[in-house]
Amino acid sequence: MGEKRIGEQTIAFKNPPSIISTAAIAGPKEGEGPLRDYFDVVLEDDLFGEETWEKAESKMQKEAVRLALEKLKIDEKDIDYIFAGDLLNQLMASSLAVRDYKIPFFGLYGACSTLTESMSLASMAVDGGYADYVIASTSSHFCSAERQFRFPLEHGNQRPPTSQWTVTGAGAAVISSKGNGPYITHVTTGRVVDFGIKDANNMGAAMAPAAADTILRHFKDTGRTNKDYDLIITGDLGKVGMELTLEIVKKQGFDMSTNYSDCGIKVFDLTQQDVHSGGSGCGCSAIVFCGYLYKQIMEGNLNRILLISTGALLSPTSTMQGESIPGIAHAVAIERGV
Amino acid sequence: MEHTNEERLKKEFQDMVKKNAPSSNFLKDCLAAFVVGGFICVIGQFVMNFFLGLGVPKEDVGYYVATIMVFLGAFLTGLGVYDNIGKFAGAGSIVPITGFSNSIVAPAMEFKREGFVFGVGAKMFVIAGPVLVYGISSSVIVGIIYYIINLFK
Repeated sequence: MGEKRIGEQTIAFKNPPSIISTAAIAGPKEGEGPLRDYFDVVLEDDLFGEETWEKAESKMQKEAVRLALEKLKIDEKDIDYIFAGDLLNQLMASSLAVRDYKIPFFGLYGACSTLTESMSLASMAVDGGYADYVIASTSSHFCSAERQFRFPLEHGNQRPPTSQWTVTGAGAAVISSKGNGPYITHVTTGRVVDFGIKDANNMGAAMAPAAADTILRHFKDTGRTNKDYDLIITGDLGKVGMELTLEIVKKQGFDMSTNYSDCGIKVFDLTQQDVHSGGSGCGCSAIVFCGYLYKQIMEGNLNRILLISTGALLSPTSTMQGESIPGIAHAVAIERGV
Repeated sequence: MEHTNEERLKKEFQDMVKKNAPSSNFLKDCLAAFVVGGFICVIGQFVMNFFLGLGVPKEDVGYYVATIMVFLGAFLTGLGVYDNIGKFAGAGSIVPITGFSNSIVAPAMEFKREGFVFGVGAKMFVIAGPVLVYGISSSVIVGIIYYIINLFK
């Protein structure tokens, strides 16, 4: 068994890597939301000067990486790896985004869990001594996700109240062996959990069991409870999934009602922005963490958080073939000082 | 043992989802569909009366009405209005022929970026395709039945 492993699914880093820089780029609708002041860039137009939604998404991710590097006094040559992913087939947005960077690239698909998936792997690479500077980045775009997973934009259909709104946004974080925090102290890698939800318009419910499973596993492995965290925040469960997660975790004896939230709830104003159950997509936890949460930790408003990005691992093909939706959730514990 | 426990958890969870899921506002949605769908039909009737007034024969007037309504649906889709009508009206704007037009024009616009052959050409009927396939197939079947019945008259 690895010396840094604790419990069944958790790693406790010996030399916790620091998140030394982040950048968040948000779409116009996200820029009208409650977190507008925390984003580095808010797009005026969701095509971002490109011809297609996919290219716009890719450009957002490229810009997020560039901005995250710009805040540091280091060059792209110093970056050892980039772990990146998005929602598009064959990781189009990430692959095109890193094309112009001369950085070794690992492409990841974890659906909307990709942010913490990439942060987990980046931290392992750093703590393992394989790298000093690693970038974790992800993106999603409402329009590119709609056309791949649902209907063309101009099609006049109605969304059920359980549906969520894919966030247009990209976030990048630089994780390093050097630096003074905030530190990534633990990662709990989730298992695929599928409780038989087939409704692609209710992904919050499909992902909730995975989120709860990872949270409970993290508590068990580390001996911590919800009381050890200032904030426990899931990636994109929305209102529906969040309530379900709270209920499942509560049944196991942990009442998180006072310090639990969800990035999909934070990013939009649910009463004003017509997003039904809340935000979703890789970009959801990416811009909420890289924009809002990181600054909250840096300013000392939050000392220790558990970030759990959640993914619905469905494909348009699996849905059509009648498969239920497998959920995944990866947790990353982040602390201001250790 | 483990297995049955998991099945029970799944069952429990699915019940929980059913209980927690917010439901659509049935009355409001039906009313919106009724009013908007009805309004589209009124426009159709208006167009029909207009052409009848011009002296178009009654058996041909349907073609004229369909042409105008399909154009209106396509036009409003192109202006980016029809999706907003659809968001409000649901089936009220999907069921009339304007909705059929919307379901063809929307993918045509969306996939133009992949080119005119593999984009527009290949993806145009991605939503309306099933309607055409089964609509045309069932009309053929009905035609054959009609023919056979006529043989025995």
